[in-house]
Amino acid sequence: MNYQSLSATDIAIAACLILVNGALSLGLKLGLERQLIWAAIRTVVQLLAIGYILGWVFEFAYWYVVLPLMCLMTLIAGFSAAGRGKRTYAGRRLDSVVSVWGSSWLVAAIGLLVVIRIEPWYEPQYAIPILGMILGNTLTGVSLGIERMMQELSSGRSTVEMILALGGSRWEAAQMAARQAVRAGMTPTLNQMTVVGIVSLPGMMTGQVLAGQSPAEAVRYQIVIMFLIAASSALGTVGAVLLTYRRLFSADHRFMMHKLINR
Amino acid sequence: MRARRWLASDARQTGWGILARHHLVDVTYSTHRAWSQHLSSPSALTTNATPLIETRLLSRMDHSATIQLLQPTDFTLRAGDRVAITGSSGSGKSVFLRTLALLDAPSSGDILWHRRRVNNDCIPQYRSRVCYIAQRPSLIDGSVEDNLRFPYSLKTLKQQRFDIEQAKSLLRQAGKQDNFLDKSASDLSGGEAQVVSLIRAIQLDPEVLLLDEPTAALDPQSSREVEMLVTAWFNHDNASSRAYIWVSHDHDQAQRMSNIRLHMQAGVLTERGIQ
Repeated sequence: MNYQSLSATDIAIAACLILVNGALSLGLKLGLERQLIWAAIRTVVQLLAIGYILGWVFEFAYWYVVLPLMCLMTLIAGFSAAGRGKRTYAGRRLDSVVSVWGSSWLVAAIGLLVVIRIEPWYEPQYAIPILGMILGNTLTGVSLGIERMMQELSSGRSTVEMILALGGSRWEAAQMAARQAVRAGMTPTLNQMTVVGIVSLPGMMTGQVLAGQSPAEAVRYQIVIMFLIAASSALGTVGAVLLTYRRLFSADHRFMMHKLINR
Repeated sequence: MRARRWLASDARQTGWGILARHHLVDVTYSTHRAWSQHLSSPSALTTNATPLIETRLLSRMDHSATIQLLQPTDFTLRAGDRVAITGSSGSGKSVFLRTLALLDAPSSGDILWHRRRVNNDCIPQYRSRVCYIAQRPSLIDGSVEDNLRFPYSLKTLKQQRFDIEQAKSLLRQAGKQDNFLDKSASDLSGGEAQVVSLIRAIQLDPEVLLLDEPTAALDPQSSREVEMLVTAWFNHDNASSRAYIWVSHDHDQAQRMSNIRLHMQAGVLTERGIQ
């Protein structure tokens, strides 16, 4: 098997396919043209940039190069998890970063040091893509979890206050919303796990196969990654929902609805 | 830090002892405006009824701290008091009631329950003794019985058991048959839902009910049922150890259901027509 390299012209041809989206947007009056252009540009620029950065990092594989890059990736994941939705609260960014960071690094450490056993511990060829995949899925869970928590609490405010008024503790009042939120955050990963290999061939496995790895070997990696992702997004979601809960309920068992801000 | 705060509150309490001996009626109220009148009142009269809830210069600002929703208010609710508060919407009646229920944090001042401050751990306990009934009843999914059972699943009420006979007899007081228990909460009318939410609170045997316009959205029949339930709860023992505050738009109802009538205007609580 030989590996087919792509030239700039090849990429340009593929980029033309975005015109399909543009035509649809214009034809159906979706008003997405600006967003489309912006998204396309970001895709190209971000990927080219990371290509160069990774090439450079692989060459200078020192911990003081790899570690800051991992931190930066985590921070960006945390921030983008906080950026979605029409509601927010003061401190949401911090909560997102903390829950993304805690869960993904713990799980990545287990994956890299216990399962794959890379040497040295910061081997960028493994550490960066694996952390990246974990981060991408964890941020979805965290973001969905926080958003759902805020939505459940504000639409269910009367129930929350009814429970408090009857003598329920703040946790008893928040419980139902928290459960819904954790469920919402974990659903995408669960869905992904049930259809993986049947409906979708995951990117990492596809990449390994394209690069000449045997499918049997690629699948093993993919299985490990799926479990790492599942664990991290579950932990991250639970962490984020609990942090949101702590922000919105005071120690004197009050629900602080006014902390939810529309943006 | 905590000790210092306690000292401060003690000092304030002794300071206010003077005021407490000068109240005119069962309810001592005073806003910062009416305060001087109070102190100079010649016809001071003492009552023996125990104070259940006392507020000391209780006030609330809105969350951006620009509007004073409740002016500093001194108020005492004693066992046996049936207080009605009237006033236009937005005057601060709900604010006052929600603050008394500790559902909203006061900006300043104290709330005393049986002459003591309620510390954070005891707040759920307090709320099960001082039950707040919202204008719009909130029921959980399931049957009426599920709703009546619900409070007993809370940690605060662990020691108590749901008593189906008590529930049935309360429902009968409100003119409901026993099979009403099996009705689905989502099929109830507004009036029926309010009756359920009131029984849900009353069965817990609270000492104080804070009724926030409970009948404002109800038909006359349901309003009467709600009034009957509250009256029966209040009179359960002849020397009533209980008290309620009823916020109402309806002056006839306020007249009918109270022995103390107060009026709220722009966050100031004043007396009106003592009979």
